[in-house]
Amino acid sequence: MRELLRSPAGLVGTCLLLLVGAMMVLGPLLAPYDPQSFHPRARLQGPSLAHLLGTDQFGRDLLSRLLHGARNTVAFGLGATALGVIIGSIIGVTAGVIGGWIDSAIMRVLDGLLAVPDLLFTLLIVTMLGAGMGYAMLAVSVAFTPGMARIARSAVLSIRTREYVLAAIARGESWGWIIGREVLPNAIGPIVVEATIRVSFAMMIGATLGFLGLGAQPPSTEWGLMVAEARQFMFRSPWCVAVPGVAIALAALGFNLFGDALRDSFDPRRRLR
Amino acid sequence: MTPGYLARRLAAVLLVLLVVSFAVFAITMILPGNAAVMILGEYATPDQLAAVSERLGLNRPWSVQYLDWLGGMFRGDWGMSLRLSLPVAGLIASAFANSAMLAATALVTVTVIAIPLGIAAAVKRGTRADLAIGLLAYIGTSMPEFVTATLLIVFLAGPESGLFPAGGFVSPLEDFWGFVAHVMLPAGTLSLVLTAHIARQTRSEMADVLASDYVRAARLKGLAEPAVLRRHALPNALAPTIAVISLDIGYLLGGIIVVEEIFAWPGLGRLLIYALENRDLPVIMGVTLVLAMVYATSNLISDLVIAIIDPRVRYA
Repeated sequence: MRELLRSPAGLVGTCLLLLVGAMMVLGPLLAPYDPQSFHPRARLQGPSLAHLLGTDQFGRDLLSRLLHGARNTVAFGLGATALGVIIGSIIGVTAGVIGGWIDSAIMRVLDGLLAVPDLLFTLLIVTMLGAGMGYAMLAVSVAFTPGMARIARSAVLSIRTREYVLAAIARGESWGWIIGREVLPNAIGPIVVEATIRVSFAMMIGATLGFLGLGAQPPSTEWGLMVAEARQFMFRSPWCVAVPGVAIALAALGFNLFGDALRDSFDPRRRLR
Repeated sequence: MTPGYLARRLAAVLLVLLVVSFAVFAITMILPGNAAVMILGEYATPDQLAAVSERLGLNRPWSVQYLDWLGGMFRGDWGMSLRLSLPVAGLIASAFANSAMLAATALVTVTVIAIPLGIAAAVKRGTRADLAIGLLAYIGTSMPEFVTATLLIVFLAGPESGLFPAGGFVSPLEDFWGFVAHVMLPAGTLSLVLTAHIARQTRSEMADVLASDYVRAARLKGLAEPAVLRRHALPNALAPTIAVISLDIGYLLGGIIVVEEIFAWPGLGRLLIYALENRDLPVIMGVTLVLAMVYATSNLISDLVIAIIDPRVRYA
């Protein structure tokens, strides 16, 4: 952990993540207004003492909406990634440990699915399931599964031939035991690093879905949806699109920086540079 | 390059496309409401539905439908759009040309800007310039396309500044400068993300190469620094960079969906969103397959280029 904070990237990333975490946990408590209450006399205002980040087209307080929306947007990224990582890791680790034709067959299918861009994959699944946060989250995690499976598998392949795994096989341990107790703890590093960086992608895809009207639905305070709703008034009040837009970018930046710093601290060769 | 390597790579691409076609078909099979419902609307009588299903062959087993559809794709018969009543192949062909213009503009811009930036950052490692490039790269990768696009429109296409049109498309054959004005913002949006990513990757590849033994050997034998870069470092950093660019075509294909929708660019992305909103199955299937095909082909081309540049890959 001290390693992480030493590099400027790690420090900034950690600070941003703490900020985002605080918004998720304390956001609704800190919000000065009800995020849904209209203030008809204060529509599309810039920042002021009454409304620190200004108001939207219905006079809703942007700071309050932002604080409430953190749970939607960031939790979406975390949830979708966690699900994708778990399913992907199970597939990848299983393929890597078992090997042989099962491994080849799984990998060929994954290669095929990887040829579909993440966003396109997500859009197809969302269309199949229907719009809404829950479905969108499931869609992103399914779209992430092939990529995560590949990474988990390659992490496993480098461990598979180590002595302690061969010893476990020689002892006649079950596959479940070998995967759970010998391989996974040693393959977890690259998986965690990739997962951290992917949270930012998941958040951005989630916000994009909200923006396109396929994710969160009004009057949700999801940040992508906030941008979409404010777009009609963007020339009159650029403030309204900038606030949620910058919030998404900062949260994504936090995960990106933290993930890269995490990778450097796992990889001593990179750390020296 | 050995014929065996080429054949293996081609077979892999075909396999990928087969998997994608099956996945897309499977998704459309699971979609609630079949093509007959889409054509007739919600209030059709069961008799009408049965008649149209019969005509479209929706009562056949799914395997027969899949093979029939796949065979049609090979023959160039991609079916009819359910909403627009136009042949899917024609719709996709014109949208593809428009998307290709946008994507090519973005890709050329990115390659020209990002690779020199990455090299500069690696050579001047640790300086303020390196830090600035790194920061730019992080900001680029952390901005979703729709945020970049919206901010660009607000600041460069608003009624006050009005430097660029906020959306639309002009064919370069009719009005070249009109095309340039219209392509600027969408291509700029796509370029920001890609420049960030490619510059970062180029920097890291170049940094690896510069720390290698052969570069040290070249320096030790007294070669001037520009010659070290040009003759020893660059050729070795190039192959991985090409691989990254071809991977980024995947990002680009996802990016054009959002960017075309925002800037009203009549390409594959906009066509896809339209088809998704209207559940126009033949169009959804066609566009998805074309996008996957482009991605797989670009990966193949990059593999071949790398094999030509790098003898280690060719004989592996």
